[in-house]
Amino acid sequence: MAGKEKNKNKVSYAKWGYIFLVPFFVIYIIFSLIPLISTFYNSLFENYRSGLTQIGPTFVGLQNFVTIFQSDLPKYFGNTLILWVLGFIPQITISLLLAIWFTDLKLRLKATGFFKTVIYLPNVIMAASFAMLFFALFSDEGPINDLLISMGILGVPFRFMSSVWGTRGLIGLMNFMMWFGNTTIMLMAAIMGVDKALFEAAEIDGAKSFQIFTKITIPTIKPIFIYVLITSLVGGLQMFDVPQVLTNGKGTPDRTSTTLIMFLNNHLYSKNYGMAGALSVILFIVTGILSLIVFSTLTGGFQHKKKAGEKK
Amino acid sequence: MKREKGDERLSLFIRRAIAYLVLSILTFLCLFFFYCLLVNSTRSHPEISKGFSFIPGKSFFSNLKNVLQNENLPVLHGIWNSFFIATVSAVSSVYIATLTAYGIYAYDFKMKKAAYMFILMVMMIPTQVTTLGFIQVITKMKLLDTFVPLVTYKMVNPVVFYFMISYMESNLALEIVESSRIDGAGEFRTFNQIVMPIMKPAVAVELIFTFVESWNNYFMPSLVIKTATKKTLPILIAQLRSADFLKFDMGQVYMLVFIAIIPVAIVYLCLSKFIIRGVTEGSVKG
Repeated sequence: MAGKEKNKNKVSYAKWGYIFLVPFFVIYIIFSLIPLISTFYNSLFENYRSGLTQIGPTFVGLQNFVTIFQSDLPKYFGNTLILWVLGFIPQITISLLLAIWFTDLKLRLKATGFFKTVIYLPNVIMAASFAMLFFALFSDEGPINDLLISMGILGVPFRFMSSVWGTRGLIGLMNFMMWFGNTTIMLMAAIMGVDKALFEAAEIDGAKSFQIFTKITIPTIKPIFIYVLITSLVGGLQMFDVPQVLTNGKGTPDRTSTTLIMFLNNHLYSKNYGMAGALSVILFIVTGILSLIVFSTLTGGFQHKKKAGEKK
Repeated sequence: MKREKGDERLSLFIRRAIAYLVLSILTFLCLFFFYCLLVNSTRSHPEISKGFSFIPGKSFFSNLKNVLQNENLPVLHGIWNSFFIATVSAVSSVYIATLTAYGIYAYDFKMKKAAYMFILMVMMIPTQVTTLGFIQVITKMKLLDTFVPLVTYKMVNPVVFYFMISYMESNLALEIVESSRIDGAGEFRTFNQIVMPIMKPAVAVELIFTFVESWNNYFMPSLVIKTATKKTLPILIAQLRSADFLKFDMGQVYMLVFIAIIPVAIVYLCLSKFIIRGVTEGSVKG
């Protein structure tokens, strides 16, 4: 009511709000929303090429989903999770350690600016070229094998690209290197957001570093921690560039490094739109559920903070 | 009491030593591969196949010349295409995101909350999920094998929008907008001449992020672009990977990777302070 009275005396600017939103929503509808709906629609049709003959499109209901679960989907889902875990475990461990060290008032580390710059560097590197670089460096007669042999660590070259865990390990290592700097900075921001008085009070009370860590740091950064975990998992499900270029799109050896998006890419390339659609819908649902979890933990976290503020 | 203090000092010393040791190892890990790249891009193919060396060679310019003149790899086109697409994509997406954030931040209207919630909801949808439909839409619009889809598919970027609206909430006072109106400026003029300059730090950070994102993107261009001279750098690198590797001049391989990585790395090193601050600010509010 009060707003209405105000508007009588003033020029209404409401229409400008809509005008400023037009470009965003028009482009979004054409290039994201319609494609999303079209993807869902496609998932219900049998539509692919078999040699030179075009099969479909014929409406098949949910048959594509049944077929894709019976195909290699579970295997590729497993691969993707394994590759993600291989990178994420060192990533979260190192990041948490660095974030605590960087923010520790007693430790007073020097040159933190330099270290932060260096550890974030791999994140801005083109993933495709990073994978190409690793492929060249870790090839059978590449520099790394050279070095390891001349140092006497290896007798014969280790064939990274022919070994399941060699290839997976390299992908994990690259993902770790590309993301641990980013995670460190996020966790640091979260720790610095904690009221400094809490740490000081704990120190005066004689708490040890480890106690401060488990009793204060961990509980206060829990929402950010879950945020990092799940956004990283969502990012992991989208893993493509590194394994695609490293294994030349084949997921060698024996498709043990083929990820879900590489699978999608293959279906898009061979124009099997029914399967590509079904796979996209599954990915949409999985990321949707994960995002909802992030959303609820973050809003839950805010409420928690608010309550703490009220108590003061 | 004294002894306890001494113990504490010792434990602090040890912890500090461990911290520096771990940091040194990580620094070595991050820089070692780039050092290998730098060294090998300056060595000729026979030198590289002889074995690894920590000392740079003298073939930098001959490698550069060879890769630029390689008939199967339109590298110069690739550099220009990547640069052009990334620039247009960065400028348009940051401008539109700022415009949208301002629309929601500065005006009161019925759909305001709904629009805001909608953008937050779509933030997490991965682009790969809509790719199938996207390819069909651009095929119908006859935009396949052009640069247009490579710019438009990231032109509305909810993440940039979120960063912008957070920045406005803490840095843009609406009184400034009011006074600009009293001076008789129109809404778009106020936005372009008053609001945009205030947003400069946020705009700069997001321009860098969106540029790098587009420059590094491989998935979408590889599905959209067919003509050789329209290919971007990531496609050329993947193409190099699928070529018969053993027959290839390794000097050229390292040089192409060098071209894709080093310019971005140099820009990053010059601006790292702003970039890291940008990541920090984005994460506090996110």
